[in-house]
Amino acid sequence: MHLLLYNIVDSIRSLGWAGAFELLRNGIVLGSLYALIALGYTMVYGILKLLNFAHGDIYMVGAFLGYGVFTRLGAPLSPSLSLVPLLILTFLAAMLGAGGLGVAVERFAYRPLRNAPRIAPLISALGVAFFLENSVLLLTNGNHYNYDTFELGGNPNTGLPGTLFHRVFSVAGRPVTVVQVLVVSTGLALMLALTLLVSRTRLGKAMRATAFDREAASMMGIDTDRVITSTFFIASMLAGAAGVMFGLYVGETYYFMGFLAGLKAFTAAVVGGIGSIPGAMVGGLLIGVVESFAIGYVGGQWSDIVIFGILILFMLLRPRGLFGSRAIQKV
Amino acid sequence: MTEFSETPGIPEAPEARIGVDTWVAEAEERRARAGGPLALLARGVEAMPPAVRMLVFLAVASTLPFWLNEGDLFSYGLFTLLYATLALGLNVVVGFAGLLDLGYVAFYGIGAYTYALLSSNHYGIHWPALATLPIAMAAAGLVGLALGFSARRLLGDYLAIVTLFFLQAFVAFSNTANPTVAGKGLTGGPNGIANLDPLKFFGYELTSTEQQYFFLLIVFALAATALFFANQSRTGRAWRALREDPLAAEAMSMPVNRLKILAFVIGAATAGLCGAIFAAIEQATVAGNFTVAVLITIYAIVILGGLGSIAGVVLGAIVINVSFQFLAPQSGHPEVKRWLFYGTLVLLVALMKPWYRGAVVLLGTVAFGFAAHAFVAAIAPASWTSGTAVDAGSASTAKAIADWVIIPEGHSSFNTYAYIALVAAIVALRSLKGWWRTAGLIPTLYLTAVVWENVLAPNPAVTALILFGAMLIALMTVRPQGLLGTARVEIV
Repeated sequence: MHLLLYNIVDSIRSLGWAGAFELLRNGIVLGSLYALIALGYTMVYGILKLLNFAHGDIYMVGAFLGYGVFTRLGAPLSPSLSLVPLLILTFLAAMLGAGGLGVAVERFAYRPLRNAPRIAPLISALGVAFFLENSVLLLTNGNHYNYDTFELGGNPNTGLPGTLFHRVFSVAGRPVTVVQVLVVSTGLALMLALTLLVSRTRLGKAMRATAFDREAASMMGIDTDRVITSTFFIASMLAGAAGVMFGLYVGETYYFMGFLAGLKAFTAAVVGGIGSIPGAMVGGLLIGVVESFAIGYVGGQWSDIVIFGILILFMLLRPRGLFGSRAIQKV
Repeated sequence: MTEFSETPGIPEAPEARIGVDTWVAEAEERRARAGGPLALLARGVEAMPPAVRMLVFLAVASTLPFWLNEGDLFSYGLFTLLYATLALGLNVVVGFAGLLDLGYVAFYGIGAYTYALLSSNHYGIHWPALATLPIAMAAAGLVGLALGFSARRLLGDYLAIVTLFFLQAFVAFSNTANPTVAGKGLTGGPNGIANLDPLKFFGYELTSTEQQYFFLLIVFALAATALFFANQSRTGRAWRALREDPLAAEAMSMPVNRLKILAFVIGAATAGLCGAIFAAIEQATVAGNFTVAVLITIYAIVILGGLGSIAGVVLGAIVINVSFQFLAPQSGHPEVKRWLFYGTLVLLVALMKPWYRGAVVLLGTVAFGFAAHAFVAAIAPASWTSGTAVDAGSASTAKAIADWVIIPEGHSSFNTYAYIALVAAIVALRSLKGWWRTAGLIPTLYLTAVVWENVLAPNPAVTALILFGAMLIALMTVRPQGLLGTARVEIV
């Protein structure tokens, strides 16, 4: 224990401010991915009170769909489009595909269980997660597929980084690259769009009503089934976008990537207060930053334990999360 | 794949039964149970007193070593018993007390590692099983007590979340963290700890599969009997009350927190015992054995059998483990898998009502297959139909299959598209009704055969997992209370 503390102090000293900034930067980028996935968990939980364990795998399928379109268009080495339309097409395909998958999952595995005991949809969700993960394992033979974005938009012969890895600005001598800015800004834009959707539109109002009380909402003439379908579509779309972002930023997609990412995003949703949209965003960033600092200062092999340990403590001390409202049990 | 059997005459899913009497809610079940030799057998089993049922099970189970060879006894007999015992413990937590414990497998792992540390060369400690088994139970139980004590205020989903995090932290701890204690990695990291001692009682070692099987049978019988009486006792009644309505139970002045922790600890100790036995049987313990996949398997066993039913747990363990081992790649007779698969499909179609609908579908599928095969052979290059069926058993069977099913050779992306098309077709079939569904069923069934021959049969390991996931979804939609569970009625 003493040794561990000593190591932490030592690595804080040796990494210095520049190292700290680097960790913070990585954490924010990772955190915006977690936040996007966490939004999906929180929306579905808010409206159905269902822990959608399949959500992480929808994120994984989104990453693969993005990869398929990305490489079909000739990327990364000989893209048939210029960079911006290429990225837009990749994002669109992954988001629509993941959204469609989310709707199909809801129709097939959750809707028949609307009035079943609480544990039934949970088990069904585990079944869907298992099914999706192993289907992708079957179709990809467990291979890792790489977006290889490093040379995208650059000259492959020079070996220099392409457009996505050019620096935008530097802090303390550490660069922030285009792809990092892209990930964070796309994440923020999607979150802003979602917030506006939920707070300003008719559909958003219907969603809030359905989340508040499904039965009462349906008595008020809201087609709750349609609202739930739209919720799943939007939530899965966000997960699909996160999948492409991960592909562009980290590069590697494989069948098991959804599990741990989903679990951490779920953690983020819980920290923020499950069911709360701003909570999921803050929670996602928080988890990303904590993970990054834990990797940097404590060591990669301990980072998961740090995160889940914090989580357990957090749940015990403040189970409703940062932004969650205190639930009152009515009899 | 059960969704094929649905017809408009039978409700697709349990409808809302709010405010309906139990008698009314179960009427459908009684009607469904009325006829057939299988139903007669089920009723006969149900009519037996629990003690007789247990004795019959033990009598049948103890004959297994005499007609199974050692390998089969290990994979079919020993592991079914291990899973059944493990599921018994989970049944206490989830089935009796209604607590959603997603960290159950962590206690299984704690038991295994405790045994590994106390009976191996890792630290040079070699204690007899009579000491290590209770210690493993106590270790798992104590950790369960600590977790349950701190989590006792958490309700429903929050308990599930905390325990899931606990499992994840345990996996990370044993697999990646592997802290150094006394000059050695405590858990051995991804390689785990190998060369454990076999179970040893009074200097007598259990080394053969047969000995281990009988030992496990005794452990199972003791655990099942103890848990049966626990369920019948005052505490068991209190657990059920807690499960049905925690608030009402608390209002009736039941010590809700103490009951929850008791169930939690009993479950954890059972898992710890199973973990220690598992480690001794495998003579090794690896972090990869205690992951969410195992958790899902155990949950599937408990849910398939029906939450809260001990007989259901045994049935669930038999069904899940036997089908798993059967689908596993190393099992003998790979050609039998194919007939089992097609047999299940044909059976599901044959169960359609009215009977002529099923006949139309079967004949239609056969005709559709030949037509599709002839069409592809006529318009496409020969490589689209020149593939061969894997594991067909005999050459004539392989030829018959290849004449009916399109098996391309060297078109690898065909597999991906066929698989995705099949999943899409099954999802789409769900929203069709009446004769449209019957018509849609024909190409879907043929597509199923194509996918089986091209994608699933060559990859039996992954296929087992996929079918397992699909089965969980299908079971939940068709019968959420499990095979031997009773339908719950929500009265508002």
